[in-house]
Amino acid sequence: MDKLIVASSPHIKDKATTSRIMLDVIIALMPTAILSVYYFSYVAALIIVTSVSSCVLFEYLFNLITKKRHTETDLSCVVTGLILALNMPPLKSSIILSVIGAFVAIVIIKMLFGGIGQNIFNPAAAARLFLTASFSSLMTVYVAPLTDGITAATPLAIPEGEVLPSYLDMFLGKTAGSLGETAAITLIAGGIYLIFRKVITWEIPVTYIGTVALLSYVFGQDPLYCVLAGGLMIGSIYMATDYTTSPMTHKGKFIFAAGLGLMTASIRKFGSNTEGVAYSLLFMNALVPLIDRFTTVKTFGRIKKK
Amino acid sequence: MTRKFKNIKGGVTLPHKKGTSEISTKILPIPKLVEIPMQQHIGACCEVLVNKGDYVYVGQVLGDTAKFVSAPIHSSVSGKVIQIKDIILYNGSKSVSIIIEPDGKQTVLPDISKPDISTKENFLKAVRSSGLTGLGGAGFPAHVKLDTKDRIPEALIINAVECEPYITCDYRAIIEEGREIVKGIELILDKLSISKSYIAVEDNKPAAFTLLKELTKDEPRIETVMLSTKYPQGAEKMLIYALTGREVPMNGLPIDVGVVVMNVTSVLALFKYCQTGMPLVSRRVTVEGDGVADKGNYQVVLGTYIKDIFEYCKGDNQKTLKVLCGGPMMGITAESYETPVIKQNNAFLFMTQEDLDFIEETACIRCGRCIDACPMGLMPLTLNKYALAKMTEELEKYHIMNCIECGACSYVCPAKRHLVQSFRVGKDLLKKAKVKNG
Repeated sequence: MDKLIVASSPHIKDKATTSRIMLDVIIALMPTAILSVYYFSYVAALIIVTSVSSCVLFEYLFNLITKKRHTETDLSCVVTGLILALNMPPLKSSIILSVIGAFVAIVIIKMLFGGIGQNIFNPAAAARLFLTASFSSLMTVYVAPLTDGITAATPLAIPEGEVLPSYLDMFLGKTAGSLGETAAITLIAGGIYLIFRKVITWEIPVTYIGTVALLSYVFGQDPLYCVLAGGLMIGSIYMATDYTTSPMTHKGKFIFAAGLGLMTASIRKFGSNTEGVAYSLLFMNALVPLIDRFTTVKTFGRIKKK
Repeated sequence: MTRKFKNIKGGVTLPHKKGTSEISTKILPIPKLVEIPMQQHIGACCEVLVNKGDYVYVGQVLGDTAKFVSAPIHSSVSGKVIQIKDIILYNGSKSVSIIIEPDGKQTVLPDISKPDISTKENFLKAVRSSGLTGLGGAGFPAHVKLDTKDRIPEALIINAVECEPYITCDYRAIIEEGREIVKGIELILDKLSISKSYIAVEDNKPAAFTLLKELTKDEPRIETVMLSTKYPQGAEKMLIYALTGREVPMNGLPIDVGVVVMNVTSVLALFKYCQTGMPLVSRRVTVEGDGVADKGNYQVVLGTYIKDIFEYCKGDNQKTLKVLCGGPMMGITAESYETPVIKQNNAFLFMTQEDLDFIEETACIRCGRCIDACPMGLMPLTLNKYALAKMTEELEKYHIMNCIECGACSYVCPAKRHLVQSFRVGKDLLKKAKVKNG
């Protein structure tokens, strides 16, 4: 008789794969990406294409040079590229800067730490901060949407006393800002898709946004305005929920997201920066191992014998 | 006993694939040779009590031991012992097998008679003599389980959950021999002075639920409970939790929370023994998978080779790549077709290319799905990391020994990591480290 395969149980597996999860994130971000092209025309399209393709290329080259197994097909580098692009200001200079950002995100932050699942910091958030620190004049200039490059202040940077954008405009993303951080409507729609597809759970986005809303109310600000403004939506739904750089347990996720909310609201209120999402992310990323250590799940039957 | 039926913690929803559930059980002919291993239960190996060349009857004791956690092993056929050979079991331990050439007459041992079950002690002795072990798959000797010493269980839980895909032998037992099962439950309740019994059925088997409900309508001590379908609800600790909300302590036994759990087919086998004195020599097995044409449930004598089942069920050995003894989640792969049927084999699945996925293991992305799936409240991704790094202290700290190897974590893992496999290695490392450190 023929030889039989001997293997360890279980012998069946769920259909979910890493690449399918990443594809879901890409699908969820598509409406936002398309809307950014509508608002900022071909510049947005070029930034997205450049950022995504450089991320894929850098990961490919890294694996090639270090003779590691190729991991590009898990699509996580595409997600990083997409999120990085959506974090860039809609300027022509961002096309070049996104290549540098992709290098920092993929090579330094992700691959040198061991690749997918091993990096301590969120690659896109770290790359954005690197670019902001290194090219601050190019990273903090924003243009108004649907105009031909007229500079404008982001909702969080508008000086006191001047006219603020309406809630509707902020909801639809018709304000100045990075490519994909302004349109709450498409970001939330994508988030609902991800929750429905069980790619993310509600804990991090809801706790993060809720904490920011609560604290801004306490600080005497308009909670809805604070929630819709800046990078909070993309940060809370797509960046803070990054598996690798967020806690594993539900309890840990609450702590992580509450910490993010506290930091973001505080930076916005007291800091010299107008934005706080990326800084908060990096800080809380660093605390994830600690949170994981203290939020283990309760083992079944861990009770005293009668 | 408080009545709050819950669901288990964690767990996964699996495809049911219970395609054989409405096919009546057929009887497999007596094969040309049978092989009966002396280790068919958790615990000590049996010593051989027959010699090469001996003529043995159906129901004759072939092996037994005085050790407590064990059960005697009987001949399933009448015929001549032609060989006693050393074997290595799937778990690597050494054992002995008795090979018998049946004469086809199935002559029953002449002095077989109804056992004396007048007192509790005699009843427990009879349970041991029946050779009964947990027929659901674990192979725990039934008399050890039922002997709760001075602790009277508050309830006897009958496990008819059958939560693994494909397997339908417990379901067929209920449909075909439900009346005997209910009588068996009553017998155990009487003999062990237990006042309450729950029969647990999952809601993907409504016919079994309705039948048991009907059969027990005049028996106030027995309650049939329908649970929502969730894997691994049929695992003993999970089932107790689902029915009573009580957690069996780590390293504890069900009796520590006042219950005893028995598989529905085990109850049936026990009842038959008490009626006839014929010990456990055959059982119902589910034969499934696209490698065979005649899928269904078969009553087979223990010791039948898989190849005999495979040939009788029109198996295609070009298509069959993997043979599972048990379900797809916890089943063990047979190394060859020359593997004999033992007491705890509830199914043989002949898997083909379509059933197998050879997806490569990739890096853990820390999605945490395994934590949500684990019914035992463990962190599989963390254990995986420590098992691969051979860090035994951490493995103990994260309670690796609490893992029931149900496979829910490996099932949901999008990175296709071999989690359970690494835990088996990790458990072994921890045991060895403990022995080394005294």
